Amino acid sequence: MSNVIMQTRIRLARNLKKYPFPCRLNTALKNEVAEEIIKAVKNSNSPLANELDVLYVKDLTEPQRISLVEQHLASPEFVSDSAGRALIISKDRTMSIMINEEDHIRLQILKKGFDLDNAYDIADKLDTLLDENLDFAFDEKLGYLTQCPTNLGTGMRASVMLHLPALKSSKAIGRIAGNLSKLGLTIRGAYGEGSEPQGAMYQLSNQVTLGISEKSAIENLKNIAEQLVNQELQAQKRMCESLETQDSILRSLGILKTAKLITCKESLELLSNVRFGITGGVIKDVDIETVDTLINDVQPATMIVNKKEKIPPHERDILRAEILNSRLN
Amino acid sequence: MKCQKCKKNTADTHIKRVINGEFEEYHLCSECAKEMGYTNVFSNLAEGFASDFNSLFGSFFENALPARTQATRCETCGTTYNDIARTGMMGCADCYDVFADRILPTIRRVHGNTTHCGKNSSNNKSKKVEEKSEDVKTSELENLKAELDKAIKNQEFEKAAVLRDKIKEKEDNNE
Repeated sequence: MSNVIMQTRIRLARNLKKYPFPCRLNTALKNEVAEEIIKAVKNSNSPLANELDVLYVKDLTEPQRISLVEQHLASPEFVSDSAGRALIISKDRTMSIMINEEDHIRLQILKKGFDLDNAYDIADKLDTLLDENLDFAFDEKLGYLTQCPTNLGTGMRASVMLHLPALKSSKAIGRIAGNLSKLGLTIRGAYGEGSEPQGAMYQLSNQVTLGISEKSAIENLKNIAEQLVNQELQAQKRMCESLETQDSILRSLGILKTAKLITCKESLELLSNVRFGITGGVIKDVDIETVDTLINDVQPATMIVNKKEKIPPHERDILRAEILNSRLN
Repeated sequence: MKCQKCKKNTADTHIKRVINGEFEEYHLCSECAKEMGYTNVFSNLAEGFASDFNSLFGSFFENALPARTQATRCETCGTTYNDIARTGMMGCADCYDVFADRILPTIRRVHGNTTHCGKNSSNNKSKKVEEKSEDVKTSELENLKAELDKAIKNQEFEKAAVLRDKIKEKEDNNE
């Protein structure tokens, strides 16, 4: 199961009652909101209180900002503007709070594999602790009030990142996506709204937040995710019996092991094939953890941040090939 | 072009409006426009065109919304209904109250309903302690419904029938 489901994410949207939503705040007021939230987190009796970093977007370099997006710790929208925005993040990178994105608070729990109940439990506890120190905008009828009415109610977006190479290549994804909207769910490319699916990675999440409890929304998501995983595994099994598929998977591994120059896009496509090979039983000597770490580490901004210096695109392609060669051989 | 109301005179008044982000335009003759409060509309332009327009023309255009509350601007944050229609964003928590009757149809369209179910903010709970038993009832109902869904998915129809009866009983009691 966890081989197809790469990552689990719970996000809660909250706003402070006494301030207008971020779209109606000037920088000074945004800073005030940020300080209030940071103080509340530090004073809360939560696991995040002792083990946190506070990153002000204005202090970050461009690669640092983009790297946060590549690692799913911030949204592209969040880092596109620095005024009054801050990210509170736990040392282990599993808990984070985006301040003054679309809402004052976007609390996020990120877990490896398929771990929805546990992730929600952590998010719920953290939210309850924050609620003690901050007065949230809440209406008995409409639930948690959010800047955009699409998040009203629970303010919760639960999602799982799925690797679906077989369903992608059989073009079944389009048909599935159409049916999902009827069930209050949505599926899109793994890198957030409006992005093209790279390396057959998709994000499945709940769409409806009003009139359905957190538990029901999560159960619903779990059910559908399990069904998708089963369909994917069946399709993978069928496909992996063909010599053509085996050939393409093993060639992909060959290129990653030996290439001297490689772009991020090509790496992701080939790593996706290798991942497919591992879950489908064609590749046995590479473990899936290595591939998942590489998917993160070959992203351009993350490479720059890890190397701690600027790297021009051409040199990045050389370095990327070196990283891939060494970790896969 | 003929006036869209009387369909006789030449239309010389062009009206555009945006409701819930949907753009509409009408062509009227000056007489019909005047009859429908032409001068009023323009003297109130600065106050927020769409909302005054709604109340004046509410009963005229079939697809227009009926007359609404007079509020055109949220006192707390200064957001107008036009701002919300244009950006899709509310300005503050109070906007949900101020523009409730105009925003609820959109909310219903997005979520399929307009009543929250799930976690309550603690500051809300402390104020509403007396309603706690109500909350418990709702969450029991919610759990039963979840069990029913599960039973149907697993094709356990006998169990589903029992659950369905329990749910009906609870719902009747709640009413």
